[in-house]
Amino acid sequence: MTSDEPTRRDFIMVATGMMAVVGAAGLAWPFIDQMRPDAVTRAAGLPVEIDISAVEPGQVITVTWRGKPYFVRRLTEEEVTAAGALTAGDMKDWQPADERIDEVEGADSGWIVVSANCTHLGCIPKTVENAPEGWACPCHGSVFDMTGRILRGPAAINLPSPPHVFASDTTLVIGTDTAGA
Amino acid sequence: MSQLEHHGTYTPNTGIEKWIDARMPLPRLMYDSFVAYPVPRNLNYAYTFGGILSLMLVAQILTGVVLAMHYAASTGLAFSSVEHIMRDVNSGWLIRYMHANGASFFFIAVYLHIFRGMYYGSYKAPRELLWILGCIIYLLMMATGFMGYVLPWGQMSFWGATVITGFFTAFPVVGEPIQQLLLGGFAVDNPTLNRFFSLHYLLPFMIAGVVVLHVWALHVTGQTNPTGIEVKSKTDTVAFTPYATIKDAFAMMVFFVVFAYFVFYMPNFLGHPDNYIEANPLVTPAHIVPEWYYLPFYAILRAITFDIGPIDSKLGGVLAMFGSIAVLFVMPWLDTSKVRSAVYRPWYKLFFWIFVANAILLGWLGSKPAEGVYTTLAQIATAYYFGFFIIILPLLGLIETPRRLPNSITEAVLERNRASASSEAKD
Repeated sequence: MTSDEPTRRDFIMVATGMMAVVGAAGLAWPFIDQMRPDAVTRAAGLPVEIDISAVEPGQVITVTWRGKPYFVRRLTEEEVTAAGALTAGDMKDWQPADERIDEVEGADSGWIVVSANCTHLGCIPKTVENAPEGWACPCHGSVFDMTGRILRGPAAINLPSPPHVFASDTTLVIGTDTAGA
Repeated sequence: MSQLEHHGTYTPNTGIEKWIDARMPLPRLMYDSFVAYPVPRNLNYAYTFGGILSLMLVAQILTGVVLAMHYAASTGLAFSSVEHIMRDVNSGWLIRYMHANGASFFFIAVYLHIFRGMYYGSYKAPRELLWILGCIIYLLMMATGFMGYVLPWGQMSFWGATVITGFFTAFPVVGEPIQQLLLGGFAVDNPTLNRFFSLHYLLPFMIAGVVVLHVWALHVTGQTNPTGIEVKSKTDTVAFTPYATIKDAFAMMVFFVVFAYFVFYMPNFLGHPDNYIEANPLVTPAHIVPEWYYLPFYAILRAITFDIGPIDSKLGGVLAMFGSIAVLFVMPWLDTSKVRSAVYRPWYKLFFWIFVANAILLGWLGSKPAEGVYTTLAQIATAYYFGFFIIILPLLGLIETPRRLPNSITEAVLERNRASASSEAKD
């Protein structure tokens, strides 16, 4: 028995070993799977309607969706101008201001709907009214403009906008971007 | 067997000892490990923190098991159940203050233990595995401490958890799914609290398991000692009991006097007042700081405010922070010097003490707001932290001229005794 040829026993050993690995992986899966967001948490992710009729220009409200806070800011005309005056040289994640501002029919000014968790490590930035600066994070010093674009500090990207739609000029829906959903 | 000769061996005398010894020789193992075990005769008090740490682990497990009997891991109940422990549970305030301050003193002891290892070169061959097992224990301690701090469900609990799990979102593509897997949701919430409680209860027992490996590895290679010279003969050692046992016991007493002072007279000194405000997902505390024992790493995280090539500042900060701990694991291979102890390495000694001062500076900077001169100082201190490991350690071994080493531990001890005897004679 000095042959280098694999024997039937070698084959059975490898095949059994492979089955054991597959079995272990199959057994491990439910233990990992149970850590993912459960049905209750996922159900809390349904779209929410927000009444914005009382928000005046210059005001910011904080609303929650999926347990996370979002800023809804109504800009004054001066603030829109200040944000528009910023150029690519002023920030590290350049995006034109008008792409971030929602114009609502029947209303006279722009709206900003962005995540209220700093894109650095998730703290809630403090609202500041120091145009073009609009938010400053107390945790690690990131500063965002009136439209949520990162100006300086450790955060690398702008505050993202959640899926949202203005169902009417007084109702904002967060969680979907299709009207009438 | 190691180079160490045993001072005595276990001899079962009574019938029951012989009966057990023939079936499961646990008493023999204990006797050989903690009574007859030979230790270098010149160990100083810097070598007592291993024993202190074992005691702290036991203290934390005991107080923690009791706290778990009264605590409720649910976002609606957690905060008030901790206040219930403080106000209603008999002696609950004492158990909780022992546990909360115990965590801090656990870390004080582990930092002194690590610095001792760095100073006397305890990480060098043949003790690399011993050192790495220690690094693993330290990592497990950090995870345990972090999850324990979340349980009271105060503002710092909540926002600390948000910031730290936010580290993972720095990694492209896989970051966000990993974060959701850790949190069990889109934000820190009830599922997070429940799993952190479960893991906070589990990890100390895993630490205890790795401690057994750590002590096993220690007893294979034997302890280092202030000279850094290996044990060569029986005269270099003394028996663990009574010599090391009594020294360890005395150090534990002194350590526990300080610990008790904190528990009874300033139990909240090391904590943060914001954690007595219940967690609120809509309000960030004005100034989020982690527990003091994470501050140096927090400072390193915040020091990276600039992009490095394709790595943005956020990922850079997270990598630097993880890297600052990862670099400890490879320290045995970064140090090229053949001489173990800083006692005989004049330049290493200097850079070591700068490293200690730098680590304390980083800790202080971590507690300051991330702006202006603090950021600049943190960047300089971070550069020294990494420079120490990556540049100074490898180079120093090549260019430093060490002092003359004594031939043996015994010779070093006798020389020192002669020196002190002659100076006493002059007096």
